[in-house]
Amino acid sequence: MKLLTISGSPHIHGGHSVKKLMRGVIVAMMPALLVSFYYFGLSAFIVTMVSVFACMFFEWFIQKFIMKVPTSITDGSAMVTGILLAFNVPSNLPIWIILIGALVSIGIGKMTYGGLGKNPFNPALVGRVFLLISFPVQMTTWPKSGLPFSTLSFDGLTGPTPLGILKGGLSQGETVNQVMSNVDMPRYADLLYGQMGGSLGEVSAIALIIGGLFLIFRKVITWHIPVAFIGTSFIFASILHMVNPELYVDPFFHLITGGLMLGAFFMATDLVTSPMSKTGQLVFGVGCGLLTILIRVWGAYPEGVSFAILLMNATTPLINNAFKPKQFGKAIKLKA
Amino acid sequence: MKTFTLGGIHPKGNKLSAQAPIEIFPIPEKVYIMVTQHLGAPSTVIVNKGDRVKVGTLVAKADAFICANVHSSVSGIVEKIDEINDASGYRKSTIIIKVENDEWEENIDRSTNLNRECKLNSKEIVQRIKDSGIVGLGGATFPTHVKYMVPEGKKADFLIINGVECEPYLTSDHAIMLEKAEEIMIGIEILMKALGSKKAMIGIEKNKPDAIKKMQEIASKYNKIEIYPLKVKYPQGAEKQLIKALTGREVPSGKLPIEVGCVVNNIGTALAVYEAVQKNKPLIERVVTVSGKSVKKPSNLRVRIGTPCQLLIDHAGGIPEDTGKIISGGPMMGKALRSPEMPVTKGTSGILLMTEKESKREASSMCIRCAKCVNACPMGLEPYLLQMYVESLRFEDAENHKIMDCIECGSCQYTCPANRELLDYIRVGKSKVGAMMRSRTRK
Ligand code: SF4
Ligand code: SF4
Repeated sequence: MKLLTISGSPHIHGGHSVKKLMRGVIVAMMPALLVSFYYFGLSAFIVTMVSVFACMFFEWFIQKFIMKVPTSITDGSAMVTGILLAFNVPSNLPIWIILIGALVSIGIGKMTYGGLGKNPFNPALVGRVFLLISFPVQMTTWPKSGLPFSTLSFDGLTGPTPLGILKGGLSQGETVNQVMSNVDMPRYADLLYGQMGGSLGEVSAIALIIGGLFLIFRKVITWHIPVAFIGTSFIFASILHMVNPELYVDPFFHLITGGLMLGAFFMATDLVTSPMSKTGQLVFGVGCGLLTILIRVWGAYPEGVSFAILLMNATTPLINNAFKPKQFGKAIKLKA
Repeated sequence: MKTFTLGGIHPKGNKLSAQAPIEIFPIPEKVYIMVTQHLGAPSTVIVNKGDRVKVGTLVAKADAFICANVHSSVSGIVEKIDEINDASGYRKSTIIIKVENDEWEENIDRSTNLNRECKLNSKEIVQRIKDSGIVGLGGATFPTHVKYMVPEGKKADFLIINGVECEPYLTSDHAIMLEKAEEIMIGIEILMKALGSKKAMIGIEKNKPDAIKKMQEIASKYNKIEIYPLKVKYPQGAEKQLIKALTGREVPSGKLPIEVGCVVNNIGTALAVYEAVQKNKPLIERVVTVSGKSVKKPSNLRVRIGTPCQLLIDHAGGIPEDTGKIISGGPMMGKALRSPEMPVTKGTSGILLMTEKESKREASSMCIRCAKCVNACPMGLEPYLLQMYVESLRFEDAENHKIMDCIECGSCQYTCPANRELLDYIRVGKSKVGAMMRSRTRK
């Protein structure tokens, strides 16, 4: 009789794996990625490829030669970070800056803490914010996505993002209505499909929503963070708009511009850096929404999604302690 | 349709033997009757080597409160009282009986006539259950009579009968419901009489439509017994989850079902009670499912307690080439056996042969904090955190995070994408914390 395996129960496994989860995220990012290729052309493709390969290379290099542990690049998480980083930069960013961004994302954002699962901050956002602070000019020079496939080279036309136009106009004393009639400001339908200046992956709200729904449907994420994030932003912006429509733009504008959809569906929901319990996730989402609008309206930067999520990442351990999952057997209700 | 609210998973049913009728398994040449087949204090052997026993002769006696009698399942001569490995791998005292003929104790009614009327009163019923050595047949093997000694001041509103059979592969309860529905109902009536409860609820998952239909048909003749089809979700057959699903009540942490006015028993137990009370037949046989992906003939067998599992496997077509693991019980909560020599006990609901491929676990990696384990836990615990506490020997923290509430259902480990050995650690933690708590009360 040959030897039998002895192990504790359970003896079967559901077949989930980190690899499959990451593959789900990558598939979900495809619509937004394709839209970016459509609007920004070859340059978007190059930025994405460079970012993905750089992230995977740095992860492999650091694990193999510095940490001396088995490499984990096949789990797909470095690829996800690479695509997310690319999504968060302008399509005309010089390649050497992307490489720095990838190094910071993987090296500082992830590996210094011990790798996937131990990082407190979303690695792609760490890279993005580092670049934004270090290279403010390059990071805020947005190619115009006026005509599809028009900017095949790096020196196409550039223009500000809708949020940038808004912030610039308001700071010069214009009213919201005046800013909105600015020639540079895209119309709402264009915003929805992604015809605007902006980072690679944030331009098409529709593509992002499709990807986000896919993630929820595939049970990679739950609805709690996106709904709380988007809902809070909407409510907060609505209140401001009702108080003074001259000064505060209507809430829909907030939802479909900038990185809000990207942040709500793909970055705030990062498994590692968001809270565990459902109530915790709701609190986290609400925090992200509040901070985003606060920064957008009163902060120095036109866009606040990245900072909002990073700040909330920092509170995740506290949220985990304060908001425990609902335990069985706490509520006794006796109905005969 | 009802179900429990917190957590839960949906493993594939794989009920390969669902259509197999119950076969009467032949009496083996030798049986190995473990002296302690239940949860609780050990029983005391009352036979000696060379003694002659009949089917139904008491061979080990319950001395303690939470303890159960053991009867001989065959007639013959006690050959030896020895120690053999039990399902957990511990050496346990066992009575080995060499079979001669099939002679039963005279007071056992072996006819198949339905005996509807029960003349015993509540006390006498409980005594009979105790005398007959009945334990929970779902797998937990808790002595049944203890549940029916309702403590002062408590009342059992509902008798809950567990026909859920949520473990993949297992079909013994399913088969019993199809073939013995009438007997089960009488058993339930007897149990209700013992408890003095006003209603019995039978929960059956809707993946057994034939059993639901059959049971509903028979239950319509009994006005206090009701069948509740339940949504399919593991671990619905766990006591606390089933109570929640059927009554909406939650058993508080560390308490027994009677706290919320419920007593839970398994379908198989109800049948055993019928046989004990109405036929005077102690618990000497049970239905065992033999199954597995490569098993030639997945079967439901009525087996005398003490029959070596090997014989059952041979009956189902032998051990397949590619077998890597043999499990006593279901794949979620069963125990991996060291060898198929192990005898059938009162708690053996199934014997499962897993292929080599199924037996291997994937390598585990770091926790990615995906919260899947948290969402799957039916007790609302945080398995990833408990695992970390145990790994770093922080047992007080584990205790504060209610590690003792864990019902060891395995849902967390089943869903973990990082393949972490959550339950292995939690089990270690539970035994440590349990010891800690006991030493505290001793002081
Ligand atoms: S084994 Fe314990 S911790 Fe894991 S899901 Fe089941 S009850 Fe929760
Ligand atoms: S399911 Fe596994 S990887 Fe996910 S949080 Fe739980 S232990 Fe960590």
